[in-house]
Amino acid sequence: MACNKLTAALAAGVGAAALSGCAAFAPPEKKAAAVQINEDPYPSTYARYPGIPTLIRHATIFDGVGGQLQGDVLIADGVVKAVEPNLMVQDGTQVIDGTGKFVTPGIIDVHSHLGDYPSPGVDSLSDGNEATGPVRPEVWAEHSVWPQDPGFSRALMNGGVTTLQILPGSANLFGGRSVVLKNVPARTAQGMKFPGAPYGLKMACGENPKRVYGSKGNMPQTRMGNIAMTRQTWAKAQEYKRKWDKYAEEGGDVPDRDLAMDTLKGVLEGKILVHNHCYRADEMANMIDMSKEFGYHIAAFHHAVEAYKIADLLRENDICAAMWSDWYGFKMESYDAVKENIPLVYNAGACAIVHSDDPNGIQRLNQEAAKALADGERAGIPNLSEAIAWTWLSSNPAKALGIFDKTGSLAPGKMADVVLWNGDPFSIYARPERVWIDGALMYDANDPRRRPVSDFELGQPGEGDVK
Amino acid sequence: MIRALIAALLVATAVPAAAETIAIVNGNVATGDGSEPIQGGTVVIRDGRIVDAGQGARVPADARVVDANGKWVTPGIVAGFSRLGLADVDLGADGADDTSASDGPFSAAIDVAPAINPLYTPIAVNRADGVTRAFVAPSAAKSIFAGQGAVIDTGADMDPVMRARAFQFVELGETGADDAGGSRASAHVLFRNALREARELMRYSEPVRSARGQPDERERPVVRNPNESRLYGADARRSDDVLLTRFDAAALVPVLQGRQYLLVHVERASDILQVIDLAREFPSLKIVLVGASEGWLVASDIVRSGIPVIASAVNDLPATFEQLAATQSNVGRMREAGVKVSIGMIDDNDTRQLFSERQYAGNLVALTKLPGATGVSWGEALRLITSAPAEAIGLGGEIGSLEPGRRADVVIWSGDPLDPRSAAESVFIDGVQQPLETHQTKLLDRYRHLPRGELPEAYRH
Repeated sequence: MACNKLTAALAAGVGAAALSGCAAFAPPEKKAAAVQINEDPYPSTYARYPGIPTLIRHATIFDGVGGQLQGDVLIADGVVKAVEPNLMVQDGTQVIDGTGKFVTPGIIDVHSHLGDYPSPGVDSLSDGNEATGPVRPEVWAEHSVWPQDPGFSRALMNGGVTTLQILPGSANLFGGRSVVLKNVPARTAQGMKFPGAPYGLKMACGENPKRVYGSKGNMPQTRMGNIAMTRQTWAKAQEYKRKWDKYAEEGGDVPDRDLAMDTLKGVLEGKILVHNHCYRADEMANMIDMSKEFGYHIAAFHHAVEAYKIADLLRENDICAAMWSDWYGFKMESYDAVKENIPLVYNAGACAIVHSDDPNGIQRLNQEAAKALADGERAGIPNLSEAIAWTWLSSNPAKALGIFDKTGSLAPGKMADVVLWNGDPFSIYARPERVWIDGALMYDANDPRRRPVSDFELGQPGEGDVK
Repeated sequence: MIRALIAALLVATAVPAAAETIAIVNGNVATGDGSEPIQGGTVVIRDGRIVDAGQGARVPADARVVDANGKWVTPGIVAGFSRLGLADVDLGADGADDTSASDGPFSAAIDVAPAINPLYTPIAVNRADGVTRAFVAPSAAKSIFAGQGAVIDTGADMDPVMRARAFQFVELGETGADDAGGSRASAHVLFRNALREARELMRYSEPVRSARGQPDERERPVVRNPNESRLYGADARRSDDVLLTRFDAAALVPVLQGRQYLLVHVERASDILQVIDLAREFPSLKIVLVGASEGWLVASDIVRSGIPVIASAVNDLPATFEQLAATQSNVGRMREAGVKVSIGMIDDNDTRQLFSERQYAGNLVALTKLPGATGVSWGEALRLITSAPAEAIGLGGEIGSLEPGRRADVVIWSGDPLDPRSAAESVFIDGVQQPLETHQTKLLDRYRHLPRGELPEAYRH
């Protein structure tokens, strides 16, 4: 991160979009503070793998921002070079006939627990919830991510997922920091970290925190307890930020360092994006008021089973909703699910996202979008299309993650995170045929050597199988 | 007297009052027997049963004719394994979940039939999506034996149970090990001991009829009345060293006699082989494997055993140590080897999402175009979620296909039913057209438009 102070983003009331402008707004420093907090102590070591210039011709293309065209996609040097009806073939460029096939931006899953709740799901590897206290913003999901989770490879090969956010679980009101990963296998979590992606903060309202702690006789035991504890924590964070801001301005004694408050300070400064697990309409409204009370912005409500009831509020407050197509009834706060939730949120002019929260569901997010699209069309919701529905899978999650300037669409210059599907990805019968990440071919259905196999699976029955 | 009454009730409920004669014409008809769809097909329903299906089917003069031009017509989906009707909400809704009884004294004796609530939302939600029948199993709690499951229909009436006590459900894999105190070895001893205790009580039960002129009860296994035997009388003595309650041991007598199916949940290849060994050792057991994520590794052994399998369709993660070899090709490979395979929702996350079965089946068709994978044909995929599970527990003559004589569970779909973009437009169960309205569709109607009206949303109904 280039700048330590960020008043601009907060004032603008938006998240990542304003981040790039922060340096310009930073006032000149009067006195250099002796101690500065390192905001990136576990930096990304991800480096793109080599790729060869590739031209996919005569394909049907969803550009990820609502456009559809028939034509060619050129990727080279790790980025999308061009998307046009008819491109010239250059020497040294691999040409793929995309006739009858589809090209899309890679799918971005804004809600995954791969790595922190990996397969196999044994206690030894269960690292998603630091359920020892309801306020745990000091924990970072990346420190739980096991890069050998075999689930990453399934998400790539069956799901066409190229980027994913790994979140802490929802036992806590403040679950901790999330991390955004490139779906490229590595020895370390740092090796998968999406370069330049902002951190997220996982928050939760509703049943989970009150159940986990209430059942132990602790606070929170009620939804009002949830809100009270969350507000109290924000008030503390504001105080913490004031101390550090004062120190940065005036020097003097170094304030005590509090890792939990560091994260919340980052949110109040607009550097860390809030991802809020919340199901019910009334609770989302409470969380929106809370964000205004303490001066932060919610990037996305996750699960948001009742988003359709307050889609207008989401639009007015520029908050995305990350949803399933048809999960329902697995807990009380998911009782009012409707299959048209996603298209209804879109129709209200709010930002709709298809998410998984599931190591199986992440393999079929295109099918989730297809169901939501079909249900929306059947309900008579206007202006829907497959191209629009792909925004739920790539550009909208990219926006919620603050990485839309880098990926999430096929705009020239963006990371070449691209999937070639062997048919219309909204059809049940289509599968990813090839997946590129930053222009490197990471999966090829026709080449067993272009198929990742995690350390865990080596020597096991079925190693290297098609899965 | 009581028996006669029960028999009369069975007859009375077999033919719903509202059944009419219906001819569904011009549809893309798939019968569920593995064959591909036939264009311009007709399905004729009378008295709650299929009369005929296919291109040449004659339309009776008195039939209500339903035009299915451009639509697909199939048997209703048969959910091969579920908890449907046992819970309205899974978590944190006290009183609305009867899937397991972790604090109760009984195991094998548990019978889910009285717990089924046909008015629960998941029944309506799945009915509206073309699921017409479901196998409903209890969840194991303190014992490897979960209890007796039922086959239900999803009809909008108060008579959901088609066959009570259709099967006993037992856990012999990882869950079984847990329930047995910590190891598979313990689970197997418990299993053998349970059969020993049942065998002891079996001496006091009525003999299984198999004489000439009498239908062999082992061929139509059904336990009509859990109290039918004399196993509770003063003479029915037991050893001193028993672990099971009398009710639990008695409940296993029909299993041992082969009058009740035994659904055995295992995933691991070696566990599957152990179950096949048990089948050899106790040849009267009518075993059906449930789960079998590693079945493809021992497919030829399963074929030789003749044991049917109800598998998860698309499990491909080493989610547990008992499914390290999981792959979406499992079902296709087992089928190709000749295993009698079908699909169920074994994963508890899925047990209320039975409408996803057709999506999963469609995924198996997609695998046919993936190099190295083994998928199934379209017709076979439909069979996996209709007639195949029905046949696995001896109900193939009743449900799961459009063959003449079957119960008229018929769905008219807006398009290809294996593509989840298609919706069920008309659903018939036992020949009765079903309402497709649900809690969810009513919420959609209420909140489709958000602008403030003259009255609050609560007045829109």
